[in-house]
Amino acid sequence: MKTSRRDFIANAGAAAAARHDLAHAQEPEQEHHAVVPSDPALRVKSLESLLVEKGLVDPAALDALVDTYQHKIGPRNGAQVVARAWVDPAFRKRLLANGTAAIAEFGFGGWGGDYLVVLENTPKIHNLIVCTLCSCYPWAVLGLPPVWYKSAAYRSRAVIDPRGVLREFGLELPEDVEIRVHDSTAELRYLVLPERPPGSEKLKEEELAALVTRDAMIGVAKVTLTKPEGRP
Amino acid sequence: MPSMSIFGTITLSQPDPTPGGEQLSALPRDDGGPVFAEPWQAQAFALAVKLSEQGHFTWKEWAAALAAELQAAADRGEPDDGSRYYHCWLAALERLVGEKGWADRAALVARKEVWAEAYRRTPHGKPVELAAGLAPPGRG
Repeated sequence: MKTSRRDFIANAGAAAAARHDLAHAQEPEQEHHAVVPSDPALRVKSLESLLVEKGLVDPAALDALVDTYQHKIGPRNGAQVVARAWVDPAFRKRLLANGTAAIAEFGFGGWGGDYLVVLENTPKIHNLIVCTLCSCYPWAVLGLPPVWYKSAAYRSRAVIDPRGVLREFGLELPEDVEIRVHDSTAELRYLVLPERPPGSEKLKEEELAALVTRDAMIGVAKVTLTKPEGRP
Repeated sequence: MPSMSIFGTITLSQPDPTPGGEQLSALPRDDGGPVFAEPWQAQAFALAVKLSEQGHFTWKEWAAALAAELQAAADRGEPDDGSRYYHCWLAALERLVGEKGWADRAALVARKEVWAEAYRRTPHGKPVELAAGLAPPGRG
């Protein structure tokens, strides 16, 4: 019996509450000591402290990286790239020819040796990205992947039944549109270049960028003139 | 697409039956919230990226280790809806660190105990230092 996500969250909440009560029950009343972190949190601290002692990682660099991914990199990077490709045909050509080099024009990318391939959606071809093995993702332009991208359900179903998956995301594509599913790897990441929405001819580049969603750049949505509220 | 918006709650969509009649598990969805549920996940993420960036292992090695842990978790019947993702990430990191000879399982367990002890001994609100877990107990 598979635990649904909702059950899982409810259970996790109950377990966390129980742990909290336990921690307080064990605490002497007169002195409040720091609450011992969860098992995974302690394991990460252990790894980090051992690796820092061996000189393999620099703690300041770790903190900087966390800050970058939490606050500075996100789907807005990708949205800027997409909007530029819509208004600048020469850039669009460069982007489709060599994604890694084209996003470097924005200062994006730079680590890991992974190669970015940009896939252009057209009225007849719709691209969808997935990583069936783990969750390789174009971090440099989209930040970190959403939880559903990492799920077994998406990883397997995107390949078996892409049309059904898109329907669940609210995207019904006509039967004559070909859906191409691209499986990312450690060395090869994909980004979808969505179609420019009809009626957006008068919009400026920044206004266009504001319309581009993360989901559209994964290929589970289209870009529309009104950005769905609350969607990244 | 107004039906796309999900605010603050996680909803499950009904799984579509496949042509074969078999039901596949529903996709977990998100509301575009933070990608790290807890700070340790961000720390574990950064450790793997930095180690790879500095050439201590290749990203390909990393992806293989992570994929193996995800598969092992699925074989154990753990919910593979993304919620256990960083647990697998951490397990992959521990395994690679062992394989590379930087710290074996025993060293990791011993270090974890020292950290736990440091937290138990540090008064609330004070920064927790590893040394606090190594010092002889003040009383008892």
